[in-house]
Formats: sequence, C-alpha cells, structure tokens
Amino acid sequence: MKPTADGGVEPQLSRDERTLVANLASELRSLLDGDTDDPSLRRLFPPAYDEEADETAYRDLMGSELLNGRREALELLARTANQKRLSADEADAWLRALNDLRLVLGTRLDVQEDMLLDNLRPDDPRASGLAIYGWLSWLQEQLVAALSAGLEEGTAP
Amino acid sequence: MTSTIEVEREQVRETHDVEPDRPWIVIVWNDPINLMSYVTLVFQQLFGYSRAKATTLMLQVHNEGKAVVSSGTREKAEHDVARLHARGLWATMRQD
Repeated sequence: MKPTADGGVEPQLSRDERTLVANLASELRSLLDGDTDDPSLRRLFPPAYDEEADETAYRDLMGSELLNGRREALELLARTANQKRLSADEADAWLRALNDLRLVLGTRLDVQEDMLLDNLRPDDPRASGLAIYGWLSWLQEQLVAALSAGLEEGTAP
Repeated sequence: MTSTIEVEREQVRETHDVEPDRPWIVIVWNDPINLMSYVTLVFQQLFGYSRAKATTLMLQVHNEGKAVVSSGTREKAEHDVARLHARGLWATMRQD
C-alpha cells in the first residue's frame, strides 16, 4: 500500500488477492441483510449504554445509520477491489470494511490476543479460516501504515 | 439498622439528580481483534489527537483493559460512541 499525495493509497495486490477480498466483502455484505443478532455479527454492534432503556433509544437513533454505513463500506470494497488507486474516502471505506471482516471472522474463530499461528496443528479445522484472518490482518496493517504516514504529513505544520 | 444503607443510597441518588451537568465519559474497552496500530489511527482521526496521545490511550486500553477517550455532554459522548462503533471499536458511555 503506497500513500498518495491526496490522502489516498495505491494497493499493491495480486489479482487473486483482489478477488479474495472482493468475495469476502460481498459475503459479509449479504450476511448483513439477514439476522444481525447472529453471534458472529453481534461484535459489529456493541452496546453504548448499561441501562436497557438508554440502549434501546441509542439503537433506535443510530442502529440503521451504523448498519447502512457498514453495508456501504463493504459494497465499496467489493466494487473497488481491482482499482490501482483509491481516493482518501475510498481508502477509509476499505479500512472500515477490512476491520469488519476481521471482527466477524475473528469472532467466529474465537481469536485470542497474540495468538500464535505457529502452534496450530495442520489438521486444525480452523486452519484455513485463520490463514485468511492472518492475511486480512496483514492487509489492514499495510493500509493503516499508509494512512498513518499520510496523516503525519497532512498535520505537519 | 440495615436502613442506613437505604438512606445512603437515597442520598447518592439525590446527589446525582441535582448535578445534571456532570460530564459523560466515553470508554474504549480492550478486545483481542482490533489491531493496536488501527486503534491508534482511529483515535487520531476521530479526536484529532497527536500520534503520541493516541498511542498512550491505545496502550492504556491494551494494558489496563480500558481507557477514557473523550468526555462532554451526553450528546457529544453519544456522537463519539457512534463514531467509534462505526469503526468497530468496543466503546461505551456513562455519566462520570
């Protein structure tokens, strides 16, 4: 991921990688049309308040906006996966969508902090999922690094 | 004499009632999935914090399990929580 002068990035990804990320985004986008109370999706919608009445009011006010924001970012990721260059807004949508993919996949795989993939047995049923999770984490690290570099330059006096 | 506890509770509640202007605080909780670099970037982007301040807050979340990242009126806190939720951070709010 190379930062561009206007706050965007240039993803340096292979065709296979672009296809994979587009497919993952489309898949999660479809899941968000279903029941968002599904345990692996619940992590995307944490409560704001301890009090139930306050929380219900927060959901009524913000729930659909948050859900639609997630849908739009995933759609954008799927749509722009083959682009050589992303604008600042597109890069921001990639960042949010990649993070949502990691949150859902990581929750499904019950990922723990600092989990060492080296200790994984080859016949572990989570192996392929964890490989994708690891790759998404790598991709997001690249994007964060590129956007952080852009932010530093942008805020310099 | 168990009633003293009740009396104390009542007093606490009353004190809360007469201080409607106490600020609300926004708390971010640690989770095993969000990347440390990502959490730092989100704090910089949303709150305009310097890289140093954002990193300190991120490390507090990571090491102590949570950190207060912003505070203000209920409306401001709710706005901040929603922006953190939009970015997948585990954020809650309560009156200080």
